[in-house]
Amino acid sequence: MEALFATVTGFLAASGLYLALRGRTFPVVVGLTLLSYAVNLFLFSTGGLTTDGAAVIQAGKTHYADPLPQALVLTAIVIGFAMTAFSVILAMRVRGDQGSDQVNDQRVEDAKEEKS
Amino acid sequence: MSLPLIVLLPLLGSLIPLLSSNRQRNLNAGSTAILPAIALAIALYHAPSVLGGEVPRFSLSWVPQLGLDLAFRLDGLSLLFVMLILGIGLLIILYSRYYLAPEDSMPRFYAYLMLFMTSMLGIVMADNLLLLWVFWELTSLSSFLLIGYWYKQSEARRGARMALTVTGMGGLAMLAGFLLLGHIVGTFDMQTVLDSRQLIQADPRYLPALLLILLGAFTKSAQFPFHFWLPHAMSAPTPVSAFLHSATMVKAGVFLLARLHPALAGSQLWLYIVTLTGLVTMIYAAYFALLKYDLKGVLAFSTVSHLGMITMLFGLDSKLAVIAGLFHIINHATFKASLFMSSGIIDHETGTRDIRKLSGLRHSMPMTAALAGLAAASMAGVPLLNGFLSKEMMLTEALGSGILGGLAWLIPVLATLGSVLSVAYSLRYVRNVFFGPPATDLPKTPHEAPFMMRLPMLLLVGLCVLIGLLPALMVTGILEAAGQATILAPRPELHLAIWHGFNLPLLMSAIALAGGVAIYSVRRTLFSFQRQFPQRNALMLFEYAVRQLLGATQRGIDRLENGSLQRYMLWLIVVVLFLTGSGLLDLTQLKGELPLKPLDGLLIVGAAITILAGLGTAVLHRRRLVSLMMLSVVGLMVSLAFARFSAPDLALTQLAVEVVTVILLMLALFFLPQRTPKESSGARIVRDVLLAASFGGIVASLNYALLTRSLDSISGYFLANSVSGGGGHNVVNVILVDFRGFDTLGEITVLCIAAIGIYKLLNRLRLFMPSSDSEGRPWSKDLHPMLLATVSQTLLPLALLVSVFIFLRGHNEPGGGFIAGLVTAVALILLYIARGVDWAQQRLTFQYQPIAVAGVVIAALTGVGSWFFGHDFLTSAFGHFSIPFIGEVELATAMLFDLGVYLTVVGATLMILANLGKLTTRHRPSKENDKETV
Repeated sequence: MEALFATVTGFLAASGLYLALRGRTFPVVVGLTLLSYAVNLFLFSTGGLTTDGAAVIQAGKTHYADPLPQALVLTAIVIGFAMTAFSVILAMRVRGDQGSDQVNDQRVEDAKEEKS
Repeated sequence: MSLPLIVLLPLLGSLIPLLSSNRQRNLNAGSTAILPAIALAIALYHAPSVLGGEVPRFSLSWVPQLGLDLAFRLDGLSLLFVMLILGIGLLIILYSRYYLAPEDSMPRFYAYLMLFMTSMLGIVMADNLLLLWVFWELTSLSSFLLIGYWYKQSEARRGARMALTVTGMGGLAMLAGFLLLGHIVGTFDMQTVLDSRQLIQADPRYLPALLLILLGAFTKSAQFPFHFWLPHAMSAPTPVSAFLHSATMVKAGVFLLARLHPALAGSQLWLYIVTLTGLVTMIYAAYFALLKYDLKGVLAFSTVSHLGMITMLFGLDSKLAVIAGLFHIINHATFKASLFMSSGIIDHETGTRDIRKLSGLRHSMPMTAALAGLAAASMAGVPLLNGFLSKEMMLTEALGSGILGGLAWLIPVLATLGSVLSVAYSLRYVRNVFFGPPATDLPKTPHEAPFMMRLPMLLLVGLCVLIGLLPALMVTGILEAAGQATILAPRPELHLAIWHGFNLPLLMSAIALAGGVAIYSVRRTLFSFQRQFPQRNALMLFEYAVRQLLGATQRGIDRLENGSLQRYMLWLIVVVLFLTGSGLLDLTQLKGELPLKPLDGLLIVGAAITILAGLGTAVLHRRRLVSLMMLSVVGLMVSLAFARFSAPDLALTQLAVEVVTVILLMLALFFLPQRTPKESSGARIVRDVLLAASFGGIVASLNYALLTRSLDSISGYFLANSVSGGGGHNVVNVILVDFRGFDTLGEITVLCIAAIGIYKLLNRLRLFMPSSDSEGRPWSKDLHPMLLATVSQTLLPLALLVSVFIFLRGHNEPGGGFIAGLVTAVALILLYIARGVDWAQQRLTFQYQPIAVAGVVIAALTGVGSWFFGHDFLTSAFGHFSIPFIGEVELATAMLFDLGVYLTVVGATLMILANLGKLTTRHRPSKENDKETV
């Protein structure tokens, strides 16, 4: 199970990074979101993978999941949303002001065009 | 207790001139002089005990972590300098009153001058190395202001900049040296450092420390090869030059040599570096002083030359040489300050400082001529004046130097050569300017300056003569005291006298006088000889070097930071790969000691879907809508994973956030291109795939390694104390709102700031609104489908109810402010989608910004509230209450905090989405504003 979980995290991270390396804003935003899923899973898993052990205190129950990574990840999810929102709106603003959705500076793109 | 006042009164005094205006010239100058005069009186009050060998000290801890104390001392060396600084400073205040033109701002000038005086006093009285350095840099800064006083002149600005760069960099080097010294000794306390000579000189760090400190001293005192800034600092007003470049600023360097003499001197290294630097500077600058046409240029180079002489004396391994250096500091200050003042008077009255134009001024200004003549004679070392005495001592010490082995004769010969040149340029200064036929083509008709402007000169020249005639009476006491501080030996016995009988130094003096006259008479040959060399302007070279440096830096930046986000990302990832990869290499095996948990079919299917959806998001990214749908699948699967692995709170949060995110991204996609063009080259794709694959591999390995190892967690504490300490059974929620409440407060603040930032980004944003999708199919005419409208309206109260339920039970069951807030936000957004922004806004008239901000404020106030009960920030209290129909509820202050979280989440989410949604309507903020302005 651990290996499977780790594999999933790895695949998500790889897909996210690949997208984050693209040259247009929207895929980069999607990539960052994907990457944040991977990071959240990773952080979450630092507390171990517990089945049937929600950290809600009940009399007579001794088997609990580690609540600390959960609390951290919970806020990370919300902050991650704020980050996604900010970057995608930034992308829209750039498109509105500069008429382009390229992530690189215009000078880089100009240089590329000159070369080709 | 009065010691710090000597430094602090002038600092306070920098404010005084600002109180009166430029027109009240006497008042301005008079009031400025009061505080330094009091400071001088305090210093003189201490003088008898200091001359008697006592060292008053004062110390106040300032930044003990750094070893920085506000500590002052007043030993003989400090007293000597304090008297020079304050005495000459007061004369300069008087002189400037008449020198400054009506259009020059007197308050500004005096404020800078007093600031400079403070920094200088701080240097000489500091009893802590770091404090000394602080004042040292302050002199660089305040002299920058003074040199650039006429900031409208480009020469002044450039000269000031160069002086600041050179002395400032020297100061930084000196700081490094001081830090090394402090580490060797273990403290920055001056006395301890001075007493630790053997410890310091035995340490291997002595060499770098010495070199760095000397770099600071040599740049400040304009020693070769750092002398070039001083002549260009002559674009300062002349009183500034008279103060800074005769008595104070440039003397800071030689002061430092004297101050640290007990700790650093005595080694072969010190002997050779300091002596030879001084000697070379002395001769080199004296030669150029002879060649300059500008009066102040002559004086500037002669200053450099005399500083060289003092430096050489401090280098020589002899106690009397140090005394001679101290003596020359006094003498040079008196004659050079008066000479600068004379050049200022000449400039003021004739309108020029060019030696080629000036001539015969003794007819029109006889008194200035007489005073300048005496001062120049002192500079040349003519007997019966103070300059003669110290030069005589210098020649004696040069004879007995004993360095350079068989070439030891070089030192006295070169010292005599320096004196010869000194005589020559002094003679030139006096003879060319004051003698000969009266000049006819001067910009102004010369006449004598006002008496009060000549008075400071008169006093200083009077001092030159008095010291020259009665050295034993005038300076023995202070020199003995200063000498004691500098060489830390038993008090030296001094027998200063004018006449020592016929001896070798007297012969050398005679040679110097005769040789000087001879060189002066053949100066035209020297000028034409010099003309064959190309002119090198230090300022141009310096600025060329600065431009080159800036250019190289810019090219470096351009190369590293070329504007390509993709490249930055690449570097970042490569670094991350390297760091984490090297961590993994250290493991003996990837799998840890924990046994693996069994797999089941559901898990395998879930994992497969997640992986496929993740890959799909990446592979299909050019079709953006499809990619987005794949992303949402991943989000849902992650949410399920949280549910599966005992994290119900996370599952709920992820689910709600997923909804909001997808709505947001779809809205954004509406305005952005629907497809990504194919532009990455094949090589680029291969590179990125390889990079992504290795990144994924490393993340997976790391995760696996972590999962199979047992970790010490602090969570046991939370589990044990959640009910008793936090009053809640849902530990995750208790951690969020109680144990780690401060973190949560920070996080909702970030959320709120992000939302406000987005709000500003959307302001007046104009975007092209497509009327069809990428394949040219027009959007549906039915903007608000009936079914959705009805369902959403019916759902709204239910959803709100659910969110209240989730909120209330959050402390004990999965739920809480974050989730409740998201649920509320989703319900409201659904209404926006179903009915349109216009419809929703008519009914939801409130603003979202205040809600988000109110949330943060409530959470913060809850935290502050605990202060009133004598607890730390964000300590929670709780009790049990019974609410009808809901039953027993534990109400904790943490719930109030959670309410803040809830409001922030609702406010921020809606601020983002509702404002983005507004872009799709006719009532775009931008258009609305435009209408108003039309």
